[in-house]
Amino acid sequence: MELALLVDFGSTYTKVTVVDLRDEKIMGTAKAFTTVETDIMEGLKQACADLQQKLGFDPLTAKHKVACSSAAGGLKMVAVGLVRELTVEAAKRAALGAGARVLDVFAHRLTASELRRMEILKPDIVLLAGGTDGGNREVIVQNARMLAQSSLQVPIVVAGNKVAAEEVAGLLRGAGLDCRVTENVMPELNKLNVEPARMTIREIFMEKIVSAKGLSKAEQLIDGVLMPTPAAVLNAAMLLAQGTPGEPGIGELVLVDIGGATTDVHSVAKGEPSKAGVMLKGLPEPQAKRTVEGDLGMRYSARALCEAAGPNRFSGVLGDKSCGRLEAFLARVTARPDYLPKDEEEWQLDEGMARVAVELAMERHAGNMEVVYTPFGASYVQYGKDLTPVPHLIGTGGVVVHHREPARILKAAWFDRNNPTSLRPRSPRMWVDREYILAAMGLLGEIAPDTALRISKQCLLEL
Amino acid sequence: MQKKTLVLGVIGADVHAVGNRILDYALTEAGFSVVNIGVLATQEEFINAAMETDAQAILVSSLYGHGELDCRGLKEKCVEAGLDDVPLYVGGNLVVGKQDFAVVEEHYKEMGFDRVYPPGTLPDVLIRDLARDLH
Repeated sequence: MELALLVDFGSTYTKVTVVDLRDEKIMGTAKAFTTVETDIMEGLKQACADLQQKLGFDPLTAKHKVACSSAAGGLKMVAVGLVRELTVEAAKRAALGAGARVLDVFAHRLTASELRRMEILKPDIVLLAGGTDGGNREVIVQNARMLAQSSLQVPIVVAGNKVAAEEVAGLLRGAGLDCRVTENVMPELNKLNVEPARMTIREIFMEKIVSAKGLSKAEQLIDGVLMPTPAAVLNAAMLLAQGTPGEPGIGELVLVDIGGATTDVHSVAKGEPSKAGVMLKGLPEPQAKRTVEGDLGMRYSARALCEAAGPNRFSGVLGDKSCGRLEAFLARVTARPDYLPKDEEEWQLDEGMARVAVELAMERHAGNMEVVYTPFGASYVQYGKDLTPVPHLIGTGGVVVHHREPARILKAAWFDRNNPTSLRPRSPRMWVDREYILAAMGLLGEIAPDTALRISKQCLLEL
Repeated sequence: MQKKTLVLGVIGADVHAVGNRILDYALTEAGFSVVNIGVLATQEEFINAAMETDAQAILVSSLYGHGELDCRGLKEKCVEAGLDDVPLYVGGNLVVGKQDFAVVEEHYKEMGFDRVYPPGTLPDVLIRDLARDLH
């Protein structure tokens, strides 16, 4: 028996999973409240004690012990670039891909008031980009000068114009800041290069953020907190889609994670035009793309979800009668984020909210087709990813895992004939992560990728 | 000496890609660093590209006769974006039908373009002008 203990320090719960690597099966899971305010170890020990009762041995004796974390607000970042649609967007995608919550983005020269806003937001890391290699250098240098003068004392990842990198690093280090120079997120116009920035962010996460968030104590009991939880989920999605040299993947997929505060969408797909004669425009998309919708959540951001959707979308999903009861339900769930629906009507409201969250999150994640009328007839232009041919759609998150018919929620992610320019999956096979296990498998992927992939496949339930 | 960076593209709802590729090839061969934003390019795309790449010139093609509508306001936006000293070049079938080129040229210069080329101009002419203008 070779055991691995996988820990997810979530914002609410600390979840522990023990996997037997020889037999490739999950031996047990348990959870306890996350105790980051007092001592992170309390929650971890509590969960492990629970699991010990189920298993008959101490899970902390496992050979491998690794964790991911979204506790204490997760990994908070701001991204700075030059042009909003170009280096700012590229920097934002790198941060999202690293599993961060992007609090805000800043374009062009930073102003004094933007700097103040940044100081108030208190990011854990700043990602500083701007200019293609050999392109604009004045703006990133000026922004480094501004950051050097600010009271922010956080690590800064420099991923901009390589010609300016040395000067930028000199300015920041001169001010006593921890500055890491990596490759440009956009080395040439419209060429995306997010992987080096992503790796640098992860290094800083392991070296510094873990202890800054009071998680380093956990490292006395476990080998390490390897990554933010969303990065672990993205890892699992990539593993599932692409496979390993020893085990084939299932192919291109979309994964929707509906949480209490956010709805995350991960797609692992090329997203090239699926029809002939379509022109691709805009910034290229990373093959493994993650978007986070901070205004689309089932509990903490339930009210924001309703505002984002507007009344029409809700009455379309729920019918006018139920809509009238929505207000009372919203008040109940925002007051108590652990609230579960009590009766049939509340289940319907919960489901309706989930459908709207999935639909909106997918609309924002998927690419769009635009028709341009030229003197020679219509031309088709695609922005973002064409996900219409993607064969798999995976659902996770409380509302999907606990719902009787999760397919009804997930279908909201599908291509909609009434909204044909949104390039969402046309008729994918649907799966649910019924054990809520994907983050743990993303972590396990760091130790035993083949095993993690095989267990993930077993845990997906087809709808 | 560092290569000069040029932004090249076909403006508006214009899908003529052949000339664009020829210019890309000829200019690259002539030693320029060409940032080609391709066909169906909007004014904003020209400006954003020039800003990020610190381009020394913006080269606009228009082949389908509606160039005037597409090009109007580009210079003003460049000024707003802080690109007032980046010269604008334009060429192609800039108007519908056969009009007196001197009138067309005058008109585009009023719109803020620094150099205006008639249909059938060979890349050599443009390259010679660029070498002279961007030193």
